[in-house]
Amino acid sequence: MAEAAAVGARPQKKRRSGRPSAWGLLFNNTLATAGLLVFGLVVIVALAAPVLPLPDPDATAPADRLLRPLAEGHLLGTDALGRDILSRLVWGTRVSLAVGISATLIAAFFGSLIGLVAGYAGGRADTLLMRGIDMVMAFPYILLALAIVAVLGPGLLNALYAIAVVNIPFFARNIRGIALGLSRREFVDAARLSGKSNVQILLVEVLPNVLPVIIITMSTTIGWMILETAGLSFLGLGAQPPQADLGSMLGEGRKILFTAPHVSVIPGLMIFALVMSINLLGDGVRDVLDPRLKSGALTRPVARTAVMRDAVPDIVPQEGALLDVQGLRTEFRLGGDVYRAVGGIDLHIREGECLGIVGESGSGKSVSAMSIMGLVPTPPGRIAGGAALLDGEDLFAASDERIRQLRGGAVSYVFQDPLSTLHPLFTVGRQLVEAIQAHEPVARRKAEEKARSLLDLVRIPNPAERLKSYPHELSGGMRQRVCIAMALANDARILIADEPTTALDVTVQAQVLSLLGKLRKERRAGILFITHDFGVVSAICDRIAVMYAGRFVETGGTEEILSSPAHPYTAKLIDCVPVLGEPERRLDAIEGRPPMVNALPEGCAFAPRCPRAEDDCRKGAIPMVELAEGRSVRCLHPLWGEADA
Amino acid sequence: MLSYIAKRLLAAIPVLFGLTVIVFLIMAMIPGDPATAILGSYATPDNVERLNRELGLDKSLPQQYVIWLGNLLHGDFGRSYTLNRPVIDEVMERFSATLILAGTSLLLCSVLGLLAGVVSAVRQYSWADKAITFVVLVGISVPSFWLGLILILFFAVKWQLFPASGMYAIYGGGDLKDLAYHLVLPAFTLAVVATGVIARLTRTAMLEVLRQDFIRTARAKGVSERGVIYRHAFKAALVTIIPVIGIQAGFVLGGAVYIETVFQWPGIGSMLVKAISTRDLLLVQGGVLVVAAAYVLFNLAADVIQTILDPRLR
Repeated sequence: MAEAAAVGARPQKKRRSGRPSAWGLLFNNTLATAGLLVFGLVVIVALAAPVLPLPDPDATAPADRLLRPLAEGHLLGTDALGRDILSRLVWGTRVSLAVGISATLIAAFFGSLIGLVAGYAGGRADTLLMRGIDMVMAFPYILLALAIVAVLGPGLLNALYAIAVVNIPFFARNIRGIALGLSRREFVDAARLSGKSNVQILLVEVLPNVLPVIIITMSTTIGWMILETAGLSFLGLGAQPPQADLGSMLGEGRKILFTAPHVSVIPGLMIFALVMSINLLGDGVRDVLDPRLKSGALTRPVARTAVMRDAVPDIVPQEGALLDVQGLRTEFRLGGDVYRAVGGIDLHIREGECLGIVGESGSGKSVSAMSIMGLVPTPPGRIAGGAALLDGEDLFAASDERIRQLRGGAVSYVFQDPLSTLHPLFTVGRQLVEAIQAHEPVARRKAEEKARSLLDLVRIPNPAERLKSYPHELSGGMRQRVCIAMALANDARILIADEPTTALDVTVQAQVLSLLGKLRKERRAGILFITHDFGVVSAICDRIAVMYAGRFVETGGTEEILSSPAHPYTAKLIDCVPVLGEPERRLDAIEGRPPMVNALPEGCAFAPRCPRAEDDCRKGAIPMVELAEGRSVRCLHPLWGEADA
Repeated sequence: MLSYIAKRLLAAIPVLFGLTVIVFLIMAMIPGDPATAILGSYATPDNVERLNRELGLDKSLPQQYVIWLGNLLHGDFGRSYTLNRPVIDEVMERFSATLILAGTSLLLCSVLGLLAGVVSAVRQYSWADKAITFVVLVGISVPSFWLGLILILFFAVKWQLFPASGMYAIYGGGDLKDLAYHLVLPAFTLAVVATGVIARLTRTAMLEVLRQDFIRTARAKGVSERGVIYRHAFKAALVTIIPVIGIQAGFVLGGAVYIETVFQWPGIGSMLVKAISTRDLLLVQGGVLVVAAAYVLFNLAADVIQTILDPRLR
């Protein structure tokens, strides 16, 4: 039914896939294309200047001075000496481009050389060179160029040198990083052993690998260099008359800004168009090359997972269940592919009960847990079907504000890595107080008091002191207790613990487990416990659901499943657990890997790795079959029946 | 914390020395013989040799550096031959004007850049985001010296909203209001590029932070989306943005050279341009040293602010 529909749905083509592809990349690409067109046009016109039917750019005509644009014979008018602005613009662009490109090449050459040598040689040479580079970078950028021009004297060539010199550090730094990494790679070692000289290795082995970085750095700095050389000319420190580039044209025009603004506005517009087109082009190329943008990793996740159910399912709530999840399906849409992370699961938890979800990493355990309160990042995640009822209230239909109230209130979470899950810049006390105040309008003093008693509850010594600590000042076990304290701040009825002990060492793990067990008994909270560790499961869970490739493959009481697993996958998982005092026991790693959830095989997802798989396992959907009261398995050839026989 | 700040202050000292070495070396690159240049037609071999001895130019380069540095430390930056007054007096006077302009600009670009970046990140792919992204691109591509002229044409000449040049009105004025009035156009022009850079970085930093685990924790405990973005995400993003604002101080201080020339602001930038064309090299040297030292201090301030924000650095 719902499952079959999910499998049958073909991945939609790239539309609305949640990553910036459709409109985002198009937007960027049109701009990049526009940039390429403008830049190409400018370069072609500049190159063709000698053959274009333009008047002599230096021919003065006092009678025709300061003609406005569109004057007869002078499309862009004339300047203070009656020279044709269009012609001067084309020739000036030629100079500006030549200077900008030359400066870029010089900076790229020397910067890359320094970077290569420093990165490849390492050690003292590296330190010395990089200190020098740091010193140069300690100057405000343009100021150093000014000092150099001051010494060399004004002039276009000197301005070019100055701008090139101040840009050397950008190249040196970028290239050094890459060269440093490369110099430790095997192929460089191999070349060294084969007796090649350092120069040969640098030129033959290292240089080709850093060339793309050099080119990218060039494309990002060239616009800037054109701008800065124009700037020096504008100040009168670059091109000297009669030579003219765009900057000096602008500088000369400035003197008559009020009477004839077009003389200065036009060359400025040209610089602007040139630099803008280069930047657009560079950005477009970078966006396409940057893998983070491609995968959608830099899209902003919204406050709550998108719910896109085809229809609100009719649900018969489970008797006595506090949390009741039915037919939950959660998908990730990335670049036209649909990853069915959770492919239709049912679970329920009663008061004071602990349900464990067990499975390998990537089986969809965490996504299932996050889906309940809408914590799966959207984009690219979305809830595609099913329902989650809390006391009969459909969480997927609730308002955002209602979900916010329930989060950390009735339903709270404890996550895996307590270092990355606590905010590094706020004290533990502040984070606890925030959790309390998000649900109860109490005064700060009162909330702090409660925070202290919470830390006491999770047995943190010296709670008043600890409230002032930052997460990085605490040990791993301490941090996880803080997280648990935070989850208990508002008398949660359901606690969802996503591998809360995985990052902790064994003794701390035992303490955390006993703490959770105690809370369950004393506060009657239901716990959804996610783990890959059967040892932990046996210590705390009443019931287990074994998850594989987004589905439950076996559910039942903890003891029954551990003593007589029905699904071959469960049996394999249990065999993976080392047992103390039985060193000879064969630890059975499961061969192969879990299937990708964007290309699930037909039939049983475990069949390719299953020793008991037969032909019928690879056909059609395998239903969940009830073996006994509260015991179900999704397998055509379960181990269970045999054990009985 | 205090010990960290002290440590950073001490670490800034070698950087300051490095600056003096570079400036000294650049000045030593001057082509030709300074004594000959100074003496002009009086440059007989005897005179040249005597002047060289007086100027200490007969000594080795390291010896010259030590003497030169000693003079600097005593506040002796030499005498400007075009202005006929001690370099240090002129530089400090000009520098206060630059500091007012650059400081205002830095404040402006930080506020505008952070604001635009956050809006852009929070409303990713909306029209606001696209508009901001485009304006930012325009901002970092536009030649600031040209933008200044355009603003003068419209805001000062055409609409007469703000003065076109100077720091105070020639008649009357001289108070804070007058200064603010004169500051608007140059401070804005100077801030444009840095605003673009900061906005871009803020957008990326916010988007990166919003995917962190601790943001999920904040949501899981029921913090409102507003709190998640402005309290949790913004503070974490700020830690990566602050050093970049420090670096922008360098671009603002450097960019002041153009803006002060365009708006005839009596700061160190316009002084430098004039000093270069009159080849008053001692004035150039003094100006460059003071602005570079100010930049080091701006970066130091950024470091300290970052430490206050991020307890892990203490």
